[in-house]
Amino acid sequence: MTQSCLEIISDYGLRSIGIGERLLPRSDFTLCHEFTLIGSGLIWNLYFGLVAMALGFFLATALALAKTSPRAALRKPAEWFIFVFRGSPLFIQFFLAYELLVLLPRTGITLFDLTIETAWTTKAWAGALFVLFLNTSAYSAEIFYGALCAVPKGDLEAADAYGFTGWKKFRKVVWPTTLRLAWPAYTNEAIFLVHATTLVFFSGFPAYQQSGDALYYAKYFADKTYNPFIPYPIAAFYFVLVTLALIWLFGMVNRRLNRHLPGAQRPKLKVRPQIIR
Amino acid sequence: MTSGGGLRAPAPPQSFSQMFTHCADPSQLEGLSWLLCYLTTGKQFLFYGSFLIVIALLVVTAPVALLFGFGGALAARSPILPLRLFGKGYTSMVRGVPDIIFFLFVPVAMDQGLEYLRHLWKCPPSDAPVWANNEFNVCAAAKIPLSTSPQIWHEAYGFALAVVAFAVVFGAFAANVLYGAMNAVPRAQLETAEAYGMSPAQVRRRILIPQMWTYALPGLANLWMILIKATPLLFLLGIEDIVYWARELGATKSGIYAFPHPDWRVWYFLVLLGFYLGMTRVSEILLGRLTARLSRGQATMAGEAMRKAGA
Repeated sequence: MTQSCLEIISDYGLRSIGIGERLLPRSDFTLCHEFTLIGSGLIWNLYFGLVAMALGFFLATALALAKTSPRAALRKPAEWFIFVFRGSPLFIQFFLAYELLVLLPRTGITLFDLTIETAWTTKAWAGALFVLFLNTSAYSAEIFYGALCAVPKGDLEAADAYGFTGWKKFRKVVWPTTLRLAWPAYTNEAIFLVHATTLVFFSGFPAYQQSGDALYYAKYFADKTYNPFIPYPIAAFYFVLVTLALIWLFGMVNRRLNRHLPGAQRPKLKVRPQIIR
Repeated sequence: MTSGGGLRAPAPPQSFSQMFTHCADPSQLEGLSWLLCYLTTGKQFLFYGSFLIVIALLVVTAPVALLFGFGGALAARSPILPLRLFGKGYTSMVRGVPDIIFFLFVPVAMDQGLEYLRHLWKCPPSDAPVWANNEFNVCAAAKIPLSTSPQIWHEAYGFALAVVAFAVVFGAFAANVLYGAMNAVPRAQLETAEAYGMSPAQVRRRILIPQMWTYALPGLANLWMILIKATPLLFLLGIEDIVYWARELGATKSGIYAFPHPDWRVWYFLVLLGFYLGMTRVSEILLGRLTARLSRGQATMAGEAMRKAGA
């Protein structure tokens, strides 16, 4: 019984989010199977990466501002938050968060006759996303903090000369310059956040009904076929594509952020090797 | 290589190697003395020992990765095209791909590669293909280590594969750093050396390599921090490291165990978190001192700031 590749794609293309064939293929794996399922798992990596990034951006900005604050009550918590999440492995953070979430009462927390469900927090889509959100916030906050410290004095003096204060000064002068300075480093952060999402299903959070990410399926094939030489390079290929797409996307934003500068002065995005966290 | 897991029969109380005689019957103990006895059971000592495994991995991997990185960086600068392509390929390998893929791939690939070589050498020639029907078949004589060899060899082999995986991945990172540092050495220094009539090898050995370390140090320090934070990935390679023992010992222990307790994995993982935060902090302090030491007298911004502060 051989299936055509289109049939396989329609059966397994959305398998990672529970749509399509329920059982994973057990034998007669073709290249099409591997490409389809691993690609299907990539949906999770993109979901984790993009949502954590989008939410983390705001917390990171707040943390960076808190870290520059002269008030210790604001500065100290931000410094500790950043140290804890940058100083420990993401892998351990996942495990710890999962064990903490499991400890929440299963029946939910009752507060003023209102029952708050807790079961969903141990699921990867919520729990792991939360950890990734906090983690990327800490890393991005450090990047934004560095950029905030590097805002040229002249810019601030110019803002003062225009009579800008408070929110207006931040919104019109400090924040845009910070973003411009931070953007190349923030691009790297985005790339290696997406790479870090591959840890989710290897770190406590179970994959319900075998709905996992790209690496989860790559490992599934490698374990079933005893042949690591096909599934892992396929997963690697997908991640190279995602990396290139991210560089392109962030490059567009970078050009927009620096559109007022003459061509030669525009900072080019320089992509550095990503690193584990 | 087999990954850990599966059910283990609870050991009877008398098999626990206890340090204190009053721990002989844990069911009679309460409070602090129960905890003290619990923390000195044989299994707990395996947990403490696994911290040494992590440190051993760091100590072994760091120099090997540096060596790999050195080779990669020199190859990427080589005038010979295939060597240069290899070096560039190696250094850019880790850019677009999550390293955990390499951690899963390299040990299995190494394991199968070695066993395949032994298969060609030791096994009687047969028509059966090695990779067939979703299986990897080599004869018993080609297995590494032999299935008859003691458990310690299996563990040592698994650890060695892990070290190679870490060294390959971190070697690629280090190659990137060192390649950049070699390019950062002022061109005039090398030209002066050439003007003195040194051969390319002499320029490399006497001028380039001694001078590049100042430029490489920030990157290498960063790498060291990352290497520390990558060590829990040992768990994925099936090694009984701190994550393995934290999960094993922290899990709920029912009454059939000598020391029953509820789910304590949170506490165990908090200990691991503390361990890693401590390692990071100590490294930060030591690397800060090293950077300060190397900046002394350098014609860089940091060196200039030091000179002014001293004056």
